[in-house]
Amino acid sequence: MTYNYAYFPGCSQVGSAEEYGLSTLTVCKKLGIELAELQDWNCCGASSAHMTDEFLSFALPARNLALARKTGLDLLVVCAACYSRMNAAKARINSDKGLCEEISEAIGANPLFEGRIRHLLDVIVNDIGVAEIKKHVKKDLSGIKAVPYYGCLLVRPREFCFCDSTENPTDLDRLISALGVEVRKWSYKTDCCGGSLSLSRNDIVQKLVNRIFEEAFKSGADLIVTACPMCQANLEMRQRPGKLRFKLVHHMPVVYFTEILGLAMELEGWREWLKAHLISPKPLLEKIDSGGVG
Amino acid sequence: MLTSVTRIEKEIEARTEEKARLCYQCKKCAAGCPVSFAMDLLPHEIMNCVCRGMDERVLTSSTIWLCAACETCSVRCPNGIDIAGVMDALRSISLERHYPPAEPHVTAFHRSFLAGIRGTGRTNEPVLIGIYKLLSRRLLDDIGLGAKMIAKGKIKPVPRFVKDRSVIRRIFKAAKTRVRT
Ligand code: SF4
Ligand code: SF4
Repeated sequence: MTYNYAYFPGCSQVGSAEEYGLSTLTVCKKLGIELAELQDWNCCGASSAHMTDEFLSFALPARNLALARKTGLDLLVVCAACYSRMNAAKARINSDKGLCEEISEAIGANPLFEGRIRHLLDVIVNDIGVAEIKKHVKKDLSGIKAVPYYGCLLVRPREFCFCDSTENPTDLDRLISALGVEVRKWSYKTDCCGGSLSLSRNDIVQKLVNRIFEEAFKSGADLIVTACPMCQANLEMRQRPGKLRFKLVHHMPVVYFTEILGLAMELEGWREWLKAHLISPKPLLEKIDSGGVG
Repeated sequence: MLTSVTRIEKEIEARTEEKARLCYQCKKCAAGCPVSFAMDLLPHEIMNCVCRGMDERVLTSSTIWLCAACETCSVRCPNGIDIAGVMDALRSISLERHYPPAEPHVTAFHRSFLAGIRGTGRTNEPVLIGIYKLLSRRLLDDIGLGAKMIAKGKIKPVPRFVKDRSVIRRIFKAAKTRVRT
């Protein structure tokens, strides 16, 4: 079976989270998910738009929705924040005629998008299914202990949540456990890491991030798996103490679910993706490569 | 017992359809809020102040800027109030009424983020960080981290642009709040 989507990469995936973008393309190709990148897409405005200006928060994603409309396909996104903002814009524009007209005028195109906006994790777990994924697994990842981290925007608000629960989702758990990874239980999988305050109030963010890592350690995990570039960047950047305010130094790698999928399926490029991490997953991988696990 | 609906409550309702008066102060929002330890008003106190018409107290609070928009409160409120949506409305109202922001670094970040999009149509890390450092006057923050990110290819030296920048300009021109960017 093939899957066809219009694809919105999002700014991070061609910038600071390039490894997420690259691993997405490679994994999709292998799984028969065909992606047609939107031509000349723009930033969705992320947190800063919806936190300060309602019109911008709908009009910026609306231009992308107008581009997607022309393709006649459903739209695929991989960033949790883009996923949330695009869905919020679609819901509002499709129900508010006045706003829809105002935006049409500003962008010179029709932003009414009737297709679905999907996150790649949803397509892989809920359409393709973990049974199918298992068939593609080549490398034995048993021995890796990981906790899945959903963060906020994959599960909240409720109307855009594709996971089986907003409080204790298991979609990502099921996927990584299908790869042989040992999924550890913890109660921080949907706790906020404070990503939107990462640059401006890193004192607050370090507290949030440190608590997440403490809990991950307590659970016995040696890896965090995520599906959001904001969470990934924030968790990687802020797990070391800044200005000596926190005594704990964590050194736990945080990888994208597409990277660990690519690794399990032995897809070309996984070593390169993992090199881009601030906290190297290398020691963990050497364990796998030497066959010293499981 | 509060009987009349305050002006700010009406304004929030017009923007978000959320009714602050439905709040019965159970404090569930505050209990689960990850940032509550740093806030000057807890989320349920924001709701209370809104119902009492204490505009200035709310609009000059640090809370509205420290709220990370994680939506935990919104999915848990027994009365179905989208508190995170109320926070969005309060931030916009605060800017529109030109209150000095209680968290100038946070607003500097948002201004930088939007200025970057306005200029390029995309979010480019070096542009965002550059503008933010100028606006916040925190030139030396995270220098070591920045160097490491450049070395790892996480900060791309050449920004990416949307080709059709006139449409981005039109979007910003039509925007209501006119966040000074
Ligand atoms: S959870 Fe809802 S009802 Fe309870 S205090 Fe917060 S806003 Fe009010
Ligand atoms: S959305 Fe804001 S107020 Fe609500 S729980 Fe999250 S940080 Fe707290």
